Amino acid sequence: MTAPSSPPPLVRVSNLVKHYHRRGILRTSTERVQAVDGVSFTIPAGETLGLVGESGCGKTTVARTVLRLEEPTSGSVRFGEVDVLALRANDLRTFRRRMQIIFQDPYGSLNPRMRVGQAIGEGLRIHRVVPKRDIPERVATLLAEVGLDASAARRYPHEFSGGQRQRIGIARSLAVEPDFIVCDEPVSALDVSVQAQVINLLTDLQQRRGLSYLFIAHDLAVIRQVAQHTAVMYLGHFVETGPTTEILSRPHHPYTQALLSAVPEPDPSSQRQRIVLRGELPSPAHPPAGCPFHTRCFHPLKDSRCSTERPALRAVGATKTACHYAED
Amino acid sequence: MTTLLDVRRLTVNFFSEAGTVTPVDDVSFQLAKGETLALVGESGCGKSLTALSILQLLPRAASIGPGSTIELDGQDLVPLDEAALRAVRGARIAMIFQDPMTSLDPVYTAGSQITEAIRAHRNVGKRQARERALELLEEVGIPDPLSRFDQYPHELSGGMRQRVMIAIALSCEPQVLIADEPTTALDVTVQAQILEILDRLRRSHDMAVLLITHDLGIVAGRADRVAVMYAGRIVETAPTDRLFQHPAHPYTQALLASVPRLTGPLQRLTPIQGTVPNPDAWPAGCRFHPRCPYAFDRCQQQPPVRAVADGHETACWLESPQ
Repeated sequence: MTAPSSPPPLVRVSNLVKHYHRRGILRTSTERVQAVDGVSFTIPAGETLGLVGESGCGKTTVARTVLRLEEPTSGSVRFGEVDVLALRANDLRTFRRRMQIIFQDPYGSLNPRMRVGQAIGEGLRIHRVVPKRDIPERVATLLAEVGLDASAARRYPHEFSGGQRQRIGIARSLAVEPDFIVCDEPVSALDVSVQAQVINLLTDLQQRRGLSYLFIAHDLAVIRQVAQHTAVMYLGHFVETGPTTEILSRPHHPYTQALLSAVPEPDPSSQRQRIVLRGELPSPAHPPAGCPFHTRCFHPLKDSRCSTERPALRAVGATKTACHYAED
Repeated sequence: MTTLLDVRRLTVNFFSEAGTVTPVDDVSFQLAKGETLALVGESGCGKSLTALSILQLLPRAASIGPGSTIELDGQDLVPLDEAALRAVRGARIAMIFQDPMTSLDPVYTAGSQITEAIRAHRNVGKRQARERALELLEEVGIPDPLSRFDQYPHELSGGMRQRVMIAIALSCEPQVLIADEPTTALDVTVQAQILEILDRLRRSHDMAVLLITHDLGIVAGRADRVAVMYAGRIVETAPTDRLFQHPAHPYTQALLASVPRLTGPLQRLTPIQGTVPNPDAWPAGCRFHPRCPYAFDRCQQQPPVRAVADGHETACWLESPQ
C-alpha cells in the first residue's frame, strides 16, 4: 500500500497473527480467540498509518505485538534492517529506544508518585541518551518542545489537566529519540478544544523529527488529520487499506462505508446517507466463517460465497479491499 | 409549541471544607412537548449536574440554590418531598446514563429489571408486566426478546445494555426523557443505532428529550435546539441549524472550529488556547474571556443574555464577534 513516490518503509509487518487461549471454568477445554488474524502493512519513514476499527477488532493487539509488548503467535516484524521478533531480551531492551508508545489514558500511564522531571528523565538515564549532568537541561528542552514550562519538571502528574498530562506522556516518549511511535487513541479521552492542540503537536513533532506513527483511533475525522494511509480493521482482519483520502472519499468495503456514514459530523447541511448496521459484532472467539463481516453486511449481492470463502485484500480502485463484490 | 419543562435560574452549590463552589450558575432553558433540546459542553461545564438536579438526584454534598425553579407542566419540582419526587422520577421524567453497566443491577435479569420498573409505578399483575416488558424489548430493537429477557447484564453487549436501559426508561411512558451522554461509551456504528432508536421513540411516544452531550456531531441533525454550556453557564441557545451556520458566541465558534472534519478542505486544526478552568477558579465576568480572542475591558463584567435572532440568544458583549 506504499505509493511509488514514498520513501522506503521503516516498519514492515507481514502476516501478523495473535491468538489467545482462554480456559473454560472447569479448565477442561480451551477456547482460541483470534485477536489478530494475518495482517500485513508497511509504514514509510516520516509517515503515519492510521488504524481504525471498533472496540475488540484487534487494533491495540496489533500495536502491542509490533512493539513486542506481547509475543505474536506468528508473522514477521521488521524495523529497518532489524528482525524485531528475533531479538533476545537484552537486545530488545536496547532496541526499545527506537520505538515508543503513547497511551489513551494519560492518567494511568504516569506514575503518580514520580515528579514529571523524573518521569521524563528516566528514559534518558536508562538508555544513557545524554550524560547524567545534562539530564535536567534535556528535560527542560523536551518540556518546551511539547509546549510546557520548564517548571513542570518539579511538579507531580496530578497537578496537570488531561491535555497537559498527554503532553508529558509525549515528552517522555520523545526523550529516547525514537524513530517510531505507536499512538494508541492519544486524543480519545480529551475534550474537543484540547484534542486539537494535541493533534497539532503530534503533526508538528512528526515534521520536525521525521517520526513515523502507527496511529490508532476510532474517529475517522481524527485519522484524516494525521494519517497518509489508513487500514480499516474488523474482527482481526484488515478489510480495507489505502491512501486516507481515498478511503474517506471512495470507500469500497461495505464495513468502511458503514463506519464512515456513522461518524457524526457537526454540520446539519451534510446530506450523507446514514447506513445503520443491523446486528452485533460477533465474538472474536467464534468468528463467522468466510468474510468476517458477512453477518452484518448489507451488500445487495451478498451470497453463500461470502459465508464460506474468505475474501483476500485486492486492488479495487485506489484502495485494497477484502470483499468479493467490491466492484459492484 | 407548549413548554413542558421550564428550568429557571437554576443554581447548584457544592459544599466542602475548602468552601462553596457553584458548578451550575443561573441556568435557564425550556423544553417543549415532542422536542429534542441538546445541552452541549466540555467536561466539567455543569451539564450533567443540570440534568441530575431536574430529578433531584444530586450528590449529597450538592444542593439546588435558592430562587431556582424547575417546572414540569406548571408544577415546581424543587419544593417537592421524596415521596412526591418518586412519583415523578421514572413515571413522568425518565433518565438514561452513559454507562448502562453501572445503572443496571448485575444480579437481576434484564427482563426482571424492566418488569420491576413497570410494577413500581403501575398497578399491574406479573404476567401483564412481563408482556409489556417483552413489547418494550421489541420496541428498542432487541432481536429475539424472549431469550434476552432472561439474560443478565454481563451477558449483553454495551449496545444491548443501553437498549435495556431505554426500555426501562420508556416503561412508564414518561413525558420527558433525559439522556446523559447515552452513546459516549459505545462504538460509532452502535451509537448510530441507539440514536436512531431514541429519535424513533421520541416521535412515536411524543416525548420531549433533553440530550446531554459533549459531541457537537451527534447534535447536528438530531436536536431541534441546542444550548451551549461553558463553565457553569449557558452561553448560547439557538435552533440547531442556526447554531451551526451562525454561531454567535466566541466559545461556540471556537468549539466548532476545533473539531476535525471528514469533509471540506484539509487544514491545520484551530484549537482553543488554554484549558477549561475548574469551578473553584472560574474567572469573573464572562467566564470564557481569558481564552477568548476578542476579549476586551468590558468582559470583566458578566454579559447579559440578549436575543440575536428569533429563538437565538447569546451571552456576549460583542455585537458580532467574527
